[in-house]
Amino acid sequence: MGGIPHDHYEPKSKGEKWLNERLPIVGLLYDTLMIPTPKNLNWMWIWGVVLVFTLVLQIVTGVVLVMHYVPQVDLAFKSVESIMRNVNGGYMIRYLHMNGASLFFLAVYAHIFRSLYYGSYKSPREVTWILGILMYVLMMGTAFMGYVLPWGQMSLHGTAVITGLFGAIPFIGESVQIWLLGTPNGSIAQPALNRFFSLHYLLPFILLGLTIVHVWAFHTTGNSNPTGVEVRRASKEEAEKDTLPFWPYFVIKDLFALAVILALFFAVVGFMPNYLGHPDNYIPANPLITPTYIVPEWYFLPFYAILRAFDQEVWLVIAVNWLTFGIIDAKFFGVLAMFGAIAVMALAPWLDTSTMRSGRYRPMFKWWFWLFVVNFIMLTWVGARPAEGIYPYIALLGATYWFAYFLVILPLLGVIEKPTTPPATIEDDFNAHYAPKSDDTKAVASPAE
Amino acid sequence: MLRKIILIAVASLALTTGQAMAAPVGGEVTDYDFSFEGPFGSYDQAQLQRGLQIYTQVCSACHGLNLVAFRTLADEGGPGLPEEQVRAYAEFYEVYDQSLLDGDGDFRPATPTDKFPDSNLSSAPDLSLMAKARAGFSGPYGTGISQFVNGMGGAEYIASLMAGYLEEPECALDGDPIDGFYNAAFSAGGYPDSCLDKKGKRTVPGSWIAMSQPLWGDDVEFADGASTEIDAVSQDIAAFLMWTAEPKLNARKQAGLTGVLFLTVLSVLLYLTNKRLWAPHKNKE
Repeated sequence: MGGIPHDHYEPKSKGEKWLNERLPIVGLLYDTLMIPTPKNLNWMWIWGVVLVFTLVLQIVTGVVLVMHYVPQVDLAFKSVESIMRNVNGGYMIRYLHMNGASLFFLAVYAHIFRSLYYGSYKSPREVTWILGILMYVLMMGTAFMGYVLPWGQMSLHGTAVITGLFGAIPFIGESVQIWLLGTPNGSIAQPALNRFFSLHYLLPFILLGLTIVHVWAFHTTGNSNPTGVEVRRASKEEAEKDTLPFWPYFVIKDLFALAVILALFFAVVGFMPNYLGHPDNYIPANPLITPTYIVPEWYFLPFYAILRAFDQEVWLVIAVNWLTFGIIDAKFFGVLAMFGAIAVMALAPWLDTSTMRSGRYRPMFKWWFWLFVVNFIMLTWVGARPAEGIYPYIALLGATYWFAYFLVILPLLGVIEKPTTPPATIEDDFNAHYAPKSDDTKAVASPAE
Repeated sequence: MLRKIILIAVASLALTTGQAMAAPVGGEVTDYDFSFEGPFGSYDQAQLQRGLQIYTQVCSACHGLNLVAFRTLADEGGPGLPEEQVRAYAEFYEVYDQSLLDGDGDFRPATPTDKFPDSNLSSAPDLSLMAKARAGFSGPYGTGISQFVNGMGGAEYIASLMAGYLEEPECALDGDPIDGFYNAAFSAGGYPDSCLDKKGKRTVPGSWIAMSQPLWGDDVEFADGASTEIDAVSQDIAAFLMWTAEPKLNARKQAGLTGVLFLTVLSVLLYLTNKRLWAPHKNKE
């Protein structure tokens, strides 16, 4: 795999040969685990392993929670509280699962921003990128449906907001919303809870399957790396100068990073498990009382901000509304903007015209990238603020920059920017960071004397 | 790069996690010191017992605790009553049992396996989760820094609410009377226009709450001779309601501490392993 030449698994014993002729599974696992990996990967390349761990954590804790959870509108809230009070260690399992979602998104955002900075999405890794965005969207769906299950106030009214997004689609919106919720009058009741529960259990396994395809894709192209320079593949000897096998070098490195992150994670779960949540979700769902502010979980906030940014006072919304004879109103425009924000990100491989892969060697890009990160944080913050006063303007500014980054800045920079020169090989980059041995230096120095 | 990312991660966590909280806007919440705050905090058993007494003698007249089983009063990390006492305590309550009278159902004295009965007043919300369903602290500007430092503040909110029944402010006497009672910690209630300034901003904290003042000080008499002043009993009931909302808090913090310690040691070991492993390749040997 990988087109990077390396040693493959050789069945030695009779038993190994027997199995290998029938099912080369050991060889597959060997090749996956021993994949040559660029040795200059920095600490931003640890998030993939963190994400895989978190997915497994969520599935394991989730499966246990399901053993005690009751997906019925009168019992769901009580069953969650019963898990917290009566199930052995239930309070830990539930808080791990609840905060695990936050860890998942923290890691995925770090992972995505790493790709954006180092141009990991560029040819030939577009498929890995597209798969990643798809997985991110699935994660959002899964997380949203999971938030519905405790059937608290935010669960219910959050569902109203999210399914309402589909209700904004012209002509068919109302029917779609009714179809999603499964009640003739579009009320959020037993059918919605049941189907969200079903899908919340299903989607993580699809996510697991896509994870395997995602890994397969980048094992085919080889990992990206901070220089964006490809591993030399002419011979095995050359490739070995640029790479080290995934096991043990990167496994141990990633596990170290994972342990540090999990220590912080356990501090949150143990000492402040509700910090990232909303108090209103400890009030049983009541359709008759709407919370003053309906705020999604933190990881949705940037997109929630984009959704709300385009109200009917924005001239672009007015223009589109007029041009489409009112078919695209402010609400639908917001929905399009929110989904569009993810869609333009998926198109980054084709919108970014720069031939230089890594942002490290792009002097202008760096500024725009960090502005994008700051903008993302700003959108997250403004997404939690009420839509009044100055906040809608900040949201609009942030949303505009989001689209400008992908649709204007990335295409233009490739034309006007003059990149600096990256090192010729990964080996050079690695050696530049880790000075050669002192006796080596002498050996090189002496002939010149 | 790494340092930048860590800085940004920390800043963004602090910036973005504070959500728009409905409850405390405009209410004055005192940051009481509770024994269960911080990573090493745990419930004060004597305080929980006092809180239970206040609940029993005052709150339970109107409010229920329908998620709390009587047997948990004997639990470690809770009020820790002896089992006979729990049995005797439960018998004070009547619960409805559908299996009695050949399925017709009837009331009977509660046993330790029953839960505290529901409130029979629709206007009196159940108190089981109140300390988690309210946040005492928010901001500034939705950044969540205050909650990071002070905690969510549900217990502080309840204590402040109990002690927040103050004399009606003068501005309220001018305009139309508002239903309810003035409370400096409660923000979700009615508010007279006469207390707004010219820009429409509130001039006095809190709002008017429907519940009449439940605790006045000296409402109960404690066997341990603890203070019965309003500030003290407010904190006692708040601590008890924190326990009803989060009965496993002690065990959770213990588990968190074990987890953090274990993972810290594991991190150090993995760090050293990683360093050793890479040393030959980083020309450090």
